Amino acid sequence: MAEETQSLTFWILAVVAVAAGLGMVLARRAVHCALLLAVVMLSLAVMYALLGAPFLAFVQVIVYTGAVLMLFLFVLMIVGVHSRDSLVETIKGQRLAAAVVGIAMLVLLTLIIGHAAIGPQAAFGANYNGSNVTGLAQLIFTTYVFPFEVTSALLITAALGAMVLAHRERTGPKPTQRELARRRIESGRPSPLPGPGTYARHNAVDMPALLPDGSQSQLSVSPVISGREQFEPREGGPVSPGPGEIAPPDSSGDQPEQEHEGARW
Amino acid sequence: MVSPSHFVALAVILFVIGAVGVLVRKNAIVIFMCVELMLNAVNLAFVAFSRLHGNLDGQVIAFFVMVVAAAEVVVGLAILTSIYRARRSASVDDANLLKY
Repeated sequence: MAEETQSLTFWILAVVAVAAGLGMVLARRAVHCALLLAVVMLSLAVMYALLGAPFLAFVQVIVYTGAVLMLFLFVLMIVGVHSRDSLVETIKGQRLAAAVVGIAMLVLLTLIIGHAAIGPQAAFGANYNGSNVTGLAQLIFTTYVFPFEVTSALLITAALGAMVLAHRERTGPKPTQRELARRRIESGRPSPLPGPGTYARHNAVDMPALLPDGSQSQLSVSPVISGREQFEPREGGPVSPGPGEIAPPDSSGDQPEQEHEGARW
Repeated sequence: MVSPSHFVALAVILFVIGAVGVLVRKNAIVIFMCVELMLNAVNLAFVAFSRLHGNLDGQVIAFFVMVVAAAEVVVGLAILTSIYRARRSASVDDANLLKY
């Protein structure tokens, strides 16, 4: 019974992992790639648990899915979510060559494994299942204590390197308050931009604000949102006036608005 | 009955998918993700062999691979952000100053 469950889990997760891996290579948006990679990592974590490595299963979830992948998503948000891969081949025949290399590699590795005569697995040793963490700790702090120390040096160096590389020196002088105020007046729009959804039918962030004359202000929608491809400019209809309220002047059609690049942020 | 060789075969498939992704993709972050996929596949093979031999050394090595991969991702992504800040692009095709 336990073996059947094990093999069923393996086959389901193997299909899921391979499909997610293929989707990761084929998906054009980087965010989709990151999420599919999360699927692969989580199914690998379950496989570690199947193989009698509960500690590694948890480390996989915590370190890989929790930390590394979140770091990927974080950097993706900085670098640009809506960046897409262009389909233009810069090197002629690169995809074909990559496919040939991939198939050749697959055939080669499969032949190696096929020849390697992997025998039946050994019985669960003393360090499996129950005392997995204890056994790993004994190994790390006795046999592998020197690599372990080197690893700690590596981690400190990596943290320092990341701080140095991500640090940005200020190239110009810091603008003073006087300078900022002058720029603001020069930009032609001293007031802040209208917030999205103000006086509109509802206050979603992609709903353009209504100006006092009833026209819509597309400036109120963040360029991050309006840059998305699934974004459609919405009709921010005015709130229907209740009894006793003054109906806003009816002005359909967007009034041409000035672009105030300087005052945008 | 699932034997460790099944897991090794799956590791091979995932490794090849990651390698093809590294060769094909242009966004540097996606290339990084494909490298991570390859590292994960190798980890799976390590754990499978650890199960095959019935000792824990393979799991310890997989643990070290995870640590080194985390350090690699941190430094690599920091380099990527600084490249993006200078060139406004994360495509590997645009970083061609050393070409010719």
